[in-house]
Amino acid sequence: MAQDKIMEVRAIENGTVVDHIPADCLFKIIKILQLDKETHRITFGTNLESKRMGTKAIIKINDRYCQQEEINRIAIVAPMAVVNIIKDYKVTEKLKVVVPDQIEGFVRCANPKCITNNEPMQTAFKVIKGNDGEIALKCRYCEKITHQDQIEILK
Amino acid sequence: MGKKNLISITDFTKEEIIRITELAADFEQNPNQPLLKGKVVASLFFEPSTRTRLSFESAINRLGARVIGFSDTSNTSVTKGETFHDTIMTISNYCDMIVMRHSLEGAPRYASEISKVPVVNAGDGANQHPSQTLLDLYSIKKTQGTLNGINIMMIGDLKYGRTVHSLLQALSHFETHFTFVAPPELEMPQEYKLFLQEKGLNFVEKREIDDAINEADIVYMTRVQRERFTDPMEYERVKNAYILRNSMLKDTKPNMRILHPLPRVNEIAADVDSNPKAYYFNQTENGVYTRMAIISYLLGVKK
Repeated sequence: MAQDKIMEVRAIENGTVVDHIPADCLFKIIKILQLDKETHRITFGTNLESKRMGTKAIIKINDRYCQQEEINRIAIVAPMAVVNIIKDYKVTEKLKVVVPDQIEGFVRCANPKCITNNEPMQTAFKVIKGNDGEIALKCRYCEKITHQDQIEILK
Repeated sequence: MGKKNLISITDFTKEEIIRITELAADFEQNPNQPLLKGKVVASLFFEPSTRTRLSFESAINRLGARVIGFSDTSNTSVTKGETFHDTIMTISNYCDMIVMRHSLEGAPRYASEISKVPVVNAGDGANQHPSQTLLDLYSIKKTQGTLNGINIMMIGDLKYGRTVHSLLQALSHFETHFTFVAPPELEMPQEYKLFLQEKGLNFVEKREIDDAINEADIVYMTRVQRERFTDPMEYERVKNAYILRNSMLKDTKPNMRILHPLPRVNEIAADVDSNPKAYYFNQTENGVYTRMAIISYLLGVKK
């Protein structure tokens, strides 16, 4: 069963596979990992069948090994994602995404009157983890909350 | 000691809040203490304000320091397109402290990361106005003799009013009992009610000013603004429910005092002004002593 799904997106020899991405978050994750600037071969699939999630997306990046810190950024939009490091077609490492306590620089503050939306500067947030698994971001500057459904990834 | 800023009321601990009220009382006894002779304080009002700016500048002068700065940005290099970063970087070389107001929320926090000298937030949009909160606390302590266990009734716009939010955060250190009186459109946001619940503090919500006012030690009035309503009919319907009149005060406690961050429009009827329980104009005088306390504490000349 699992084998069938993997074959929907071609296997890679070496690199990183990001699996169990909610289908509607694929493009946000592409932005977070800056895959639009990546020169290695990338394949991805979305609206794939998933027993656990209904539909899901998957990304396979050839010849790039993502670091834990990079992966934790994904948690902001896809806390249930799983990351596999592949070497010689085999999974050599399974990394769980961990929701970080703070994030800097890649999410826009939802408050249009925030200084970060009006000056050339980095954004910064404290991550607030709700009991229901929802994530909210509290801006270091304007102190306003950006809710999970308002999260916009900066270029 | 590293430089200390005052950007948000949550930057100060309970002990520091108490200390500021003690220092303010000391400055009220001796208003002219030239502790900052030879110092220069920059007063940067990127957004115009009369009351807050003059109150800060009066405090700076009474401490013997000199003031440089601007009261609006029309004659500054901001109009030439200079970034906020560069403006602050430059001005922090000219002075020993920056007091600033800005319409953009978070600008003072960002300034405190750039500046070599302490930064005091004199109001950033709808976010924070900590010196107002501290002067409110000083006014409460002065009129009630304590900050502990106060029964406070907050009336009017509890949704957008930054002063009520900061005051609520600060009072949460002192076992305060809160009563909120607001229309549904302008009620206290959920996040602040949760904050009180987490701290184990009691609050009651009401739609009208009723007999509960007779239990209050402090009545904190705010302005209900027409532009906050999506439905103008709704504004017309509720606007009179949040006006405080002298006739409502006859059974209130003798120690009760009415506070208002000002400017007032019509939410306190003029017949209240002559009532000895009206305290909002004395409150502005307390602002000068409180700001003397904040400035001298942050610059380390008072501990």
